[in-house]
Amino acid sequence: MDNKYKQIIGDVPTPDLTYKPSLARNISDRFLTLTSLVFALIAILPLILILSYVLVKGISQLNLDLFLSLPEPPGDDMDNAGGIGNAIQGTLIVTTIASLIAIPIGVGGGIFLAEYSKGDSFSQFIRFGTNVLSGVPSIITGVFIYGVIVSTKIIFGSNFSAIAGGMALSILMLPTIIKTTDEGLKLVSDDLRTGALGVGASKFVTITRITLPNAFTPIATGVVLAIARAAGETAPLIFTALFSFYWSSSIDSALNPIASLSVLIYNFALEPYEAQNQLAWAASFVLVAMILFINLLTRILGNLADSKTGQSNRK
Amino acid sequence: MNRRESEIRYKLRKRTASERTLDNGFKNFSLGMASIVAILLFSILIVIFRGSIESIAKYGLSFLITSDWNPVDDAYGAFTAIYGTLITSIVALLIAVPLGVGTAIFITENIIPKNIRSILSVMVELLAAIPSVVLGLWAIFIMEPFLRPFLISINSFLGWLPIFNTTPVGPGVAPAIIILAIMILPIITSISRDSLNQVPNKLREGAYAIGASRWPTIFNIILPAAISGIAGGVLLALGRAMGETMAVTMIIGNSNNFSWSIFAPGNTIAAMLANQFGEADGNQVSSLMYAALILMILTLVVNVFAQLIVKRLRLKY
Amino acid sequence: MNHTKNNSIINSPCISLENVTISYKNSPAVRNIYCEMPRGKVTAFIGPSGCGKSTVLRSINRMNDLIDGCSLTGRVLFEGVDLYAPEVDPVEVRRRIGMVFQQPNPFPKSVYENIAFGARINGYTGDMDELVEMSLKKAALWDECKDKLKESGCSLSGGQQQRLCIARTIAIEPEVILMDEPCSALDPISTLKIEETMHDLKKSYTIIIVTHNMQQAVRVSDMTAFYNAEKQSGGSGKLGYLVEYNETSKIFNSPSQKATQDYISGRFG
Ligand SMILES: Nc1ncnc2c1ncn2[C@@H]1O[C@H](COP(=O)(O)OP(=O)(O)O)[C@@H](O)[C@H]1O
Ligand SMILES: [Mg+2]
Repeated sequence: MDNKYKQIIGDVPTPDLTYKPSLARNISDRFLTLTSLVFALIAILPLILILSYVLVKGISQLNLDLFLSLPEPPGDDMDNAGGIGNAIQGTLIVTTIASLIAIPIGVGGGIFLAEYSKGDSFSQFIRFGTNVLSGVPSIITGVFIYGVIVSTKIIFGSNFSAIAGGMALSILMLPTIIKTTDEGLKLVSDDLRTGALGVGASKFVTITRITLPNAFTPIATGVVLAIARAAGETAPLIFTALFSFYWSSSIDSALNPIASLSVLIYNFALEPYEAQNQLAWAASFVLVAMILFINLLTRILGNLADSKTGQSNRK
Repeated sequence: MNRRESEIRYKLRKRTASERTLDNGFKNFSLGMASIVAILLFSILIVIFRGSIESIAKYGLSFLITSDWNPVDDAYGAFTAIYGTLITSIVALLIAVPLGVGTAIFITENIIPKNIRSILSVMVELLAAIPSVVLGLWAIFIMEPFLRPFLISINSFLGWLPIFNTTPVGPGVAPAIIILAIMILPIITSISRDSLNQVPNKLREGAYAIGASRWPTIFNIILPAAISGIAGGVLLALGRAMGETMAVTMIIGNSNNFSWSIFAPGNTIAAMLANQFGEADGNQVSSLMYAALILMILTLVVNVFAQLIVKRLRLKY
Repeated sequence: MNHTKNNSIINSPCISLENVTISYKNSPAVRNIYCEMPRGKVTAFIGPSGCGKSTVLRSINRMNDLIDGCSLTGRVLFEGVDLYAPEVDPVEVRRRIGMVFQQPNPFPKSVYENIAFGARINGYTGDMDELVEMSLKKAALWDECKDKLKESGCSLSGGQQQRLCIARTIAIEPEVILMDEPCSALDPISTLKIEETMHDLKKSYTIIIVTHNMQQAVRVSDMTAFYNAEKQSGGSGKLGYLVEYNETSKIFNSPSQKATQDYISGRFG
């Protein structure tokens, strides 16, 4: 029997399977692997550089005064540009207004797409429109709100205002919120839905009691990330909310121009005065810290919630 | 238990009118909210179109190919800004695509341990979270002064080429291109990464099982299978680059004098809007709206293409 | 290098496993496998699912390298060379030991390119058209495909796709072909065709096939290895091991182990 094998194939020499570093394929493989490593390093380099400069230039100016005082009009005082208190307050106000507009519309629209539409042409068009809307340049939303709200003074006769700014921002937030709601709801297993409908629950009850709560984590994550993103936007605000050197102290402030961190950074970065430039760095530090904190926190909480419920189907 | 009894026991078996109203009301509410997307999209187009009618009537298509921008003489043409928009976004794309796709490959291949790769992946996404105005600030005060010597030496060696023939002295098109490349890198990377991850592992195994090594497998099997997703991502990035405003406004120099050179100050449509819209009046507003309309159409076309391509991907796999 | 060839039941084996234990993320999936597979023969791996047949098979051409956290102890020898020695290039290994998978996985390219790709990668210098035709013929696919060479490999039927995968493996002329349940996703007619293909192939190749179809094992194989799995003491998962390995006729007619007897007669959980 042994000889039979040898008859078929003959005695086989010991194969040479060693890695041969000088083979063309091994050289090109190593070269390409190295290239992709270099590309990856280049890709994260800007983040590291930007974060370290913002940290270095911003952190040296951190003190309580920065948060509590108002910015000085450029040129008044060469050494002191004041604080960014009203800009922080303004960013919070404008972002809140934007959220109040965008969340109900976005979540409502997302519910429609995920729960009510049956892939008909209307819902296809809305999905398509949502994607298109998310590609509309942010400056265009500013121009749009300027044209509709600011120049027409349609809101109680005021032109530049926190409300106008919030509306412009909400247009930017809307597509993200719709998409995350739509996708979050689609992740909920259909068994839950049919189960609830099967015991006679109405669609409204099924959605509000069963599917929405089950999709809470992904929707909340998406909404919070959209808010964080809006908080850093500038282009929609520069000619809707404009800027202000004062606190927003009463409810009327919603109808008046309002400061924001991002517009302060823009305005003061372009001032020829060193003190204003420094204040722009300080504001950048605060803004970036806020946004990154929210980002990391939602990612961590989202991952925790995912691992708890055993859903790992989200990226 | 007969039917009568159970009707009595469950007194809501017959749905009440209020429950039904609530149910329908909720449906109509969500329908209304969804419709707002469509309404918004059309309103944006209409508002911008109406705003630009005056300028369209006055300058017509010559607006696209003339580069005067003179409020005093009331002469407007957006060629400088259109050229700036296209050159900055296309060159930024040429820089960012290899970097982004290369990074995505590095993140999805098992070259280094998985947890380091996911840290890289998160870092790339955090770059996308940095506000554009902060990138602009960094570009003005750190990046541009740092790059200027390099740009100057390019100019001294290659200055005979029209695109390099001005001496870089500060803000200009070139630094705007670089900051744009940085800004679109995360989109390209994360969409490419997702498309690469979607390629079924059995394809990779099939290639390895017939003796292909890593990079032939990537180039011949994995990338072609992911190409439509990547292409869609690249188009989305192009759309983003064309509409990107703040960082570009802050670093491009905002000059309406046309120059072929990327070392000269220039303009983009978005930058021009950010700069002038607040203080414009008369024909200038209308001309800015006209420019905005052009930008809107450009991004719309690019985005629709991106969506069509991505849709085709879904059908193939 | 001085490799001593092993002398046991099979003289000059093509592949031999020596005390092989394979773990995923530090928990062993199969343990202490000793097995020598003869050159120019078909060896079948049978056993209940989850007992580690695929795991062992994939270790023979270092396919497990692609899985994070999969590790192997012991030795896997191919013609006397330890495949897991540090200086060994897994790509070289896979060029000599090709593999066909359970799920057909044609590349999303034309039928022609599916075959030409591997050949080109392996530096084939001959006439490509000829090679494509010959490989498709050997895989019993030529007649069905000769007019579809330009069409996508994915547009073929499941059975045709699997034969295309066999064809592209043949095209690189490996010395060993590993097949992991190649017919499990196929209808009976396609299965028959692939079995015929295997009969032709074993004239020139050493074949190792995983199958859960015992008739198939009897029909195609010369040697049969029966694997089983036991509950891991303390652990949660199952741990696979080789119960019995012998000529196919012996395994199916007079197995020496009771577990084998139970399994082949269908009295098995
Ligand atoms: N990629 C993997 N990661 C972790 N465990 C695995 C993986 N593949 C297989 N296993 C485990 O190894 C054991 C053997 O699996 P496998 O070799 O596929 O068995 P068979 O092919 O005999 O059905 C199973 O318990 C399975 O859970
Ligand atoms: Mg298996």
